[in-house]
Amino acid sequence: MSDIGFLTARLRRGNMSAVEKLCQISWSFVMWLCVIATFGFAMLYSAAYGNWDPWALPQMVRFVVGLGLLIAIALIDIRIIMRYAYAFYFVILVLLAVVDVRGVIGGGAQRWIDLGVINLQPSEMMKAAIVLALARYFQGISLDDIGNPLALLAPLLMVLAPFVLVLLQPDLGTAGVIVMGATVMFFLAGVRVWKFVTIGVASIAAIPIAWSFLREYQQNRVLTFLNPERDSLGAGYHILQSKIALGSGGLFGKGFMQGTQSHLNFLPERQTDFIFTMLAEELGLVGALTLLSLYVIVMIYGFAIAFRARHQFGRLVAAGITSTLFFYFFINMAMVMGLIPVVGVPLPLISYGGTALLNLMLCAGLMMNVWVHRDVQIAQRGGFSDL
Amino acid sequence: MMINRDSEWVRMFNRRAAVLAGGQAVLVSALVGRLYYLQIVESDRYMMLAEDNRINMQLLKPPRGRILDRFGQPLAINQQNFSAFIVPEQVRTLSDTLDALGQIISLSELDHERVKKEASRKRGFLPITVRENLTWDEMSRIQVNAPDLPGVTIDLGLTRYYPQHENAAHLLGYVAAVDEADLTGDPLLQLPGFRAGKEGIEKVYDMALRGKAGASQVEVNAYGRIIRELQRDEGEPGADVVLTIDERIQHYAAERLGPESASVVVLDVHTGDLLALVSNPSFDANAFSRGLTSEEWKTLSTDDHKPLVNKAVAGQYSPGSTFKLVVTLAALEHQVISPEQTVSCNGRYMLGNYVKRCHKVHGSVNMTRAISMSCDVYFYEIARRLGVDKIAAMARRLGLGELSGIGLPGEQRGLVPTEAWKKAARNERWSTGDTLNVGIGQGDVLTTPLQLAIMAARVANGGLAVKPRLVRPATGVDQPPDAQAETAMPSLGISEKHLAILRQGMSDVINAPGFTTAAVARLRFKDPERRTWTMSGKTGTAAVRRISVAEREAGPREPGELPWHLRDNALFVAFAPSHQPRYAIAVVVDHAMGGGGKIAAPIARDIMERVLELDPSRKPRVDDEQIATATAEPPA
Repeated sequence: MSDIGFLTARLRRGNMSAVEKLCQISWSFVMWLCVIATFGFAMLYSAAYGNWDPWALPQMVRFVVGLGLLIAIALIDIRIIMRYAYAFYFVILVLLAVVDVRGVIGGGAQRWIDLGVINLQPSEMMKAAIVLALARYFQGISLDDIGNPLALLAPLLMVLAPFVLVLLQPDLGTAGVIVMGATVMFFLAGVRVWKFVTIGVASIAAIPIAWSFLREYQQNRVLTFLNPERDSLGAGYHILQSKIALGSGGLFGKGFMQGTQSHLNFLPERQTDFIFTMLAEELGLVGALTLLSLYVIVMIYGFAIAFRARHQFGRLVAAGITSTLFFYFFINMAMVMGLIPVVGVPLPLISYGGTALLNLMLCAGLMMNVWVHRDVQIAQRGGFSDL
Repeated sequence: MMINRDSEWVRMFNRRAAVLAGGQAVLVSALVGRLYYLQIVESDRYMMLAEDNRINMQLLKPPRGRILDRFGQPLAINQQNFSAFIVPEQVRTLSDTLDALGQIISLSELDHERVKKEASRKRGFLPITVRENLTWDEMSRIQVNAPDLPGVTIDLGLTRYYPQHENAAHLLGYVAAVDEADLTGDPLLQLPGFRAGKEGIEKVYDMALRGKAGASQVEVNAYGRIIRELQRDEGEPGADVVLTIDERIQHYAAERLGPESASVVVLDVHTGDLLALVSNPSFDANAFSRGLTSEEWKTLSTDDHKPLVNKAVAGQYSPGSTFKLVVTLAALEHQVISPEQTVSCNGRYMLGNYVKRCHKVHGSVNMTRAISMSCDVYFYEIARRLGVDKIAAMARRLGLGELSGIGLPGEQRGLVPTEAWKKAARNERWSTGDTLNVGIGQGDVLTTPLQLAIMAARVANGGLAVKPRLVRPATGVDQPPDAQAETAMPSLGISEKHLAILRQGMSDVINAPGFTTAAVARLRFKDPERRTWTMSGKTGTAAVRRISVAEREAGPREPGELPWHLRDNALFVAFAPSHQPRYAIAVVVDHAMGGGGKIAAPIARDIMERVLELDPSRKPRVDDEQIATATAEPPA
């Protein structure tokens, strides 16, 4: 960055022009995202037996929109983002509550709100919102404050509220991702390890209570995970078929559009939650590892941005978003490989689905935002520093 | 201060972020490891499972081989059978289509309900049988209306059909649904609706008739819908089995027997070809192939004429006087009497204090006369001189007391008693009284009608060990092991001189001038060539009950006075023409209204006349090509 040293002062102040910010965006990072998304388009094309409809084309359109969103978010001043972090969080929380209440009234689970252009899933957006809100909170308090248990009460409530609302939907997977993302934020903020242990033990003790809150089909999923033979034609069937598809792919796979398990409908939801299975069946271990490597590359960018950022808010946002991305693909892959129970978590940038894709582009935009504003000085209480 | 605190934050964050990144790296490696395990280590297993998922084997039923008589007349064939199916996902609404179909062919309320019930259980693309056994008319009406009946299809199946119905039913057997005991690992047996041979030829030659199952490999999706056919192996149709039977003789014999419980066996004395193997009464094998109702089953199984038993091979009868052929040959071979030597018959034979009766006072009888008059006293005497073991040895040489080798299920051995047998079976000493009983074919000796025919054939053909056969060789059909030994027919080692004496006696039974026991069996040919032809035979009347002393004192009773099941069996064995024997016959009528001469002999004469007219042994046998064309037209 020494060659653009003349920018440094303005970078610190953050009063860059839009063009300067555009130049600051890491276009290689954006390129990697495009590569992953392209992987996804190809898989959606295959899932529809070689048709752009009904999945690949809409997904491409959304991705282009998402790219615009990414760039737009990257250009917003990070201090403005910080200022509106809570507001964003509350809006999403209210939407979550609306979805839940409507579900109760409507007599059935509904996870989305119809906005006309897009069916918005508040639970997806909450994954980003909780990271932003917690980053905002921990930016505002000192390391000494973190040692004070009372100071942790507010952020705990911030996590608990959406967690409960999402769990009520019921969406175990997303609730899990929210909690894990939040846990990472607490950890990075410097909360003592023994506190995690305490909460962890308390949670385990609460499992029987939580168990009673689970719907029957969720209980079955967990039981089936623990013992797949329990129900080989019901819930266990999907995971067995997924493993067969993965295993039968072998080293090089059956060839693009040649997957038998996926194309003969042995796989459930091959365009969404089980798309990785189809990819691994058709492109083999080579294809699966390629995709995994692409995610790792994006994660390396994320951690690099976190280490490089000069303010706690940026560090926490970058690392938190990166971890959320990690939980997305890890849970999805581990699920289809039969390592964890079946929970509905999409494969980032690959699975068909509007909100998930937009949320991921939003997350990527936040990461870029931190990178563009890595040197900006932020006052401890937020807002614009006069320094 | 500010800087310090800030750097403390940074160090804390960096440390923890590094731990976090490390943790995530570990989890990513877990994913990589799992992928390696699934896609490399376990790959073969999962590939197999995926193929299992994807590929369905469908067996293709080969058409069952036909059973034909020696001239290619069909005895068992496959009949086309039209069935109507509905594919629920192709109909507009199921009940509308059923109603529309109901206006074309008759559908019961039950049919409606069954189809709807099945449709609710099965996947929509699987066809459901609406009606089987459509007539040609019904089938055509559906075809004509096909445009208005989307989703209705007609399928052509094959069912076993016995065009001769009751004729030769015992011999042919029948096919029926496979039961547990049949499951030998042949995948065909698992097919729904597959029928396996259950009795008779259908059972003996089941393997050859079945053919080899073809297979169609289809790719299916998760719901079982067929996506495409990957491979097809047509299999092999079952081989035809060509019998030695002449359907016309078989048919005539059954007709001639009428309502009697009886059996007839007609045999070529040189080749052993069975030209007729009749057991009366019979049943319609078609009923078995479509499945008997319990009522039909009850009627068949409780009938005292035992229509389900193939009496020609499974009926065991006292041979009565027909057994005298055996005793005569044994006596000549062991020279216990010369043909000219006479025995005086005064109507009774004394054995110690015990009196055995002859049915008549014959006076002085020599051998031929003893045969033609069937004098019991003569045979008591020579049987006593022989002893039972020598008689038994001759009986066995003539084919009694052993399985014939034709392999029909249910065939019985009969029984040729010996001294050792009685010791082993009853732990009793053999008595001379027993020998006398055997001497006239009563007592413990038991024979089947088939064995009697074999005996007659071996006498007729000059003492050759002819073995009966039921299946024409050289059709590519595997013979049962015994049937192959026929070609080189060994001699039984019986002197031709002795046989000639016996045959003279048998000729006299029928043809001697004046009154004979079976004068009724004289052939009645008028044409110059056959006018002089005669038949030679031997009657037999075998008691089926123990006759008490009181009864004996009261004198013989007319058969009409006795209940059916206590009447004597009437037997007759014969061969013809006497001067150049070609055909042998055995007739057994159960519980007849008279003896062998009165009841069995005329039946044998009528059948033998028909045999000699048709003379099937001297007609060229059709080759396989002719057989194929001979039965090409569909059955009525």
